[in-house]
Amino acid sequence: MENVTTAEQIAHAEHGHEEHTLSFLQSYVFSQDHKVIGIQYAITAMLFLLFGFSLMMVMRWNLAFPGAPIPVIGNFLGQANAPGGIMLPEFYNQLGAMHGTIMVFLGVVPLAVGGFGNFVLPLQIGAPDMAFPKLNMFSYWAFFLGGVVMLASFFAPGGAANSGWTSYAPLSVIATQGQTWWLVGMVFLITSSLLGAINFIVTTIQLRAPGLGFMRLPFFVWAQLVTAFLLLLAFPPLEAAAVLQLMDRLAGTSFFMPAGLVTTAGVPLEYSGGGSPLLWQHLFWFLAHPEVYVLILPAMGIVAEIIANNTRRPLWGYGAMVGSLVFLGFMSFVVWAHHMFMTGMGTTMSAFFQTTTMIISIPSVVILSALFISLYGGSIRYPVSMLFALAFLPMFGIGGLTGLPLGLSAPDLHFHDTYYVIGHFHYVVAPGTILALFAGIYHWYPKATGRVMNELLGRIHFWGSFIAMNVVFMPMFIIGLAGVNRRLYDGGMQYAHAQDVIGWNVVSSYGAWTLGFFQIFFIFNFFWSIRHGKQVDDNPWKATTLEWQAPSPPPHGNFTTPPEARRGPYEYSVPGASTDFTMQGQASGPDPEPAKV
Amino acid sequence: MSGSIEEVKKHVAAYQKVGVTLLVLTGVTVAASYLPTAVPLAIVIALIIATTKGSLVASIFMHLRNERKAIYWALAMTVLFWVFLMFLPLLGQLDHIGVPKTLSNANAPAMHADEEH
Amino acid sequence: MDIPYTVAERPDTGLNNVKLGIWLFLASEVMLFGGLFSSYILLRVGATEWPVGSTLLNVPIGTFNTAVLIISSITMVMAHASLKLDEFGKYKTYMGLTILLALTFLAVKGYEYWEKVSNDHLPAESTYLAIYWTLTGLHGLHIIGGIIVNSYFWGPGSAMWRTKREQFINRVEAAGLYWHFVDLVWIFLFPVLYLL
Repeated sequence: MENVTTAEQIAHAEHGHEEHTLSFLQSYVFSQDHKVIGIQYAITAMLFLLFGFSLMMVMRWNLAFPGAPIPVIGNFLGQANAPGGIMLPEFYNQLGAMHGTIMVFLGVVPLAVGGFGNFVLPLQIGAPDMAFPKLNMFSYWAFFLGGVVMLASFFAPGGAANSGWTSYAPLSVIATQGQTWWLVGMVFLITSSLLGAINFIVTTIQLRAPGLGFMRLPFFVWAQLVTAFLLLLAFPPLEAAAVLQLMDRLAGTSFFMPAGLVTTAGVPLEYSGGGSPLLWQHLFWFLAHPEVYVLILPAMGIVAEIIANNTRRPLWGYGAMVGSLVFLGFMSFVVWAHHMFMTGMGTTMSAFFQTTTMIISIPSVVILSALFISLYGGSIRYPVSMLFALAFLPMFGIGGLTGLPLGLSAPDLHFHDTYYVIGHFHYVVAPGTILALFAGIYHWYPKATGRVMNELLGRIHFWGSFIAMNVVFMPMFIIGLAGVNRRLYDGGMQYAHAQDVIGWNVVSSYGAWTLGFFQIFFIFNFFWSIRHGKQVDDNPWKATTLEWQAPSPPPHGNFTTPPEARRGPYEYSVPGASTDFTMQGQASGPDPEPAKV
Repeated sequence: MSGSIEEVKKHVAAYQKVGVTLLVLTGVTVAASYLPTAVPLAIVIALIIATTKGSLVASIFMHLRNERKAIYWALAMTVLFWVFLMFLPLLGQLDHIGVPKTLSNANAPAMHADEEH
Repeated sequence: MDIPYTVAERPDTGLNNVKLGIWLFLASEVMLFGGLFSSYILLRVGATEWPVGSTLLNVPIGTFNTAVLIISSITMVMAHASLKLDEFGKYKTYMGLTILLALTFLAVKGYEYWEKVSNDHLPAESTYLAIYWTLTGLHGLHIIGGIIVNSYFWGPGSAMWRTKREQFINRVEAAGLYWHFVDLVWIFLFPVLYLL
């Protein structure tokens, strides 16, 4: 009976006896409080990010020094994977596939959506919690289970999935058992995302504080709302695809297997045939292109909040930004086949998809430009969060602009599957999204703990990470322009055309290890500041949005008095106001302006 | 969707009518499948009947006939993306690899051949 | 702490949380089955030959099952209406019937599966059979999910009728919306798999 009780019942049960204390399990493990769940998501996701990054640090050794035994770590990888500490190509493929999967599905999305969305969104809209707290808990645990299955797949016979994070058929259909684990893990992760998306949408639409109209929502909330719609509608086709691939692998069907394509020793494998490997690519990218925007939109939301706060001016062009965001969401569903120019789907389709791809770059540029213009004429403060947010702008710019040649089918002939692609999307996701996520952590840390993170350590972390990330990814453009394929386990040393550029692999690898080193400052700072950070009041950044009206850390139910929004989200430096910020819920002060539209 | 007893009773009558219609249409679609029609026509007939049945279920049983704007919006968006999803088979069909193609200028006399004479 | 609009409708959207939530869930289900239908069309159009469903499947049994599911949809909607008319006894009957019909559907489906297995028509035989097993299997899982939810509201969950009547009606409505959707999917699956 407990299992199906809704929020209402829980709320009723808890209402009226607030002093009733929850057990440790209820309040920290199986918590239904959005803040605890948000922190659970964030910490789990950060651990996965660290793990996924560690895989890459190991891989980068083999790219920089192919065939040399990996120092120290090489001894722990197992004789089957790295005899004598020298990585086998099969193992490299496993690490590559799992790096991509973990970073996207277990790291960035859970941190950006599950972590920040859960913690910040209900506070920003003045809600006591998410609309369905129990469902929220299930989302987290489904995500956790999915993560466990993914990690466990390393111990499956034949190791983890090794067909890349895209799991292209037919390779993935005939791959070792790890691929089955990958698919099962994905089903859990997809379920988690779907439940989470429903929760976010219902919360945003239904639980907004009185007076908080849609055009008064902070940009971050808009970003999360659009993201939730993308997750809700784009993920199911991948779930369908995962089911079909599971059938191919377990029941011997041929959804993605044409007859006679794959042979062992000249004999075709036993598949009834009639399947289409392209079908997998279509279904996969139907999700995975919107997924790209799932990775970037929350980051844009975080950056917009921090920039408005630290420039002490309203966001420039809030209405245009919201419009662009919604348009981006729509368009992200009609660009997927630009990942497939090389499949021979025909020039008509290529023309269509390259046109839509060029169109989708417009709203991204609108948002980025609006953020840049927001800086103009502000008297900017530079806390650590602002440094990260500012770094996001040019980094996302580089990532976006280098994507344009890839979106045109003619240059894509050359760039497809080269390191150029890796450089491009890492600039969007790593120096882009991940820097924005760091910005968010420094920005909202005082809301979660009541203390700020150490400023000096933060600055070291910022400059180290910012420089190292560019050292990692900039050489990839050079290597990629020379035409070196992205999936070579030795960095391309057998290829004549790669000889002039593979030296850059060493630079890139040193960059990666340096990047790893500078994360130590962050990890230390993160834990140390929980007890030893400087204590601050509820609104240390003098911000306007509703979450800063709640106590730090917010109690169960969030607000001491139910908040009400009386003005737009970014009323900074309002002429005639006594302070340079006017909070959304503030009753006194100048006459509330109409919401910025 | 108001709660008044009369309205609910009216709804109940509608439910029963729709239920009977659905059962009849099921019979019709089975019967139609035994007609000696060409496959494309049979597909069209079956899909028209199925869509009619589906719309009845959605609008009467699921009360979509009289629902709030927010839900219409969400569903309209879903339908739009569903349409995009249905582009998939089309894309599969536009794969020209392996299809022999005659260029429009294939029979034109070669220019340099003329010059040589 | 109360979560607002769990039962009451929010004035500006006219919805309660449950209603919006279940519709969003159904929207994602539309995309799930949409992806599968789309795959079906792509594979069928690209296939050199495709068996007509009726040569492999038993149409009368399929028709019977379609009727069973449609009737269960009617009883479901009647169960909800009975609650609105304050007739709890009738609700119990209709909901019980819905569950029994769903079990009948599963039993018939199980018989069909058994027949396929014993004639060696396994998914690996052809893409048509692969589609058949996958789509009906996934639909069957949805039926099982529906039976679990409905049984809960028929049995232990119905205690809420005495304590929180309004909310109970909302929940049954949400369960009903899900159930009609499962019916709706079958309305498309039946002609696509059995007749075409």
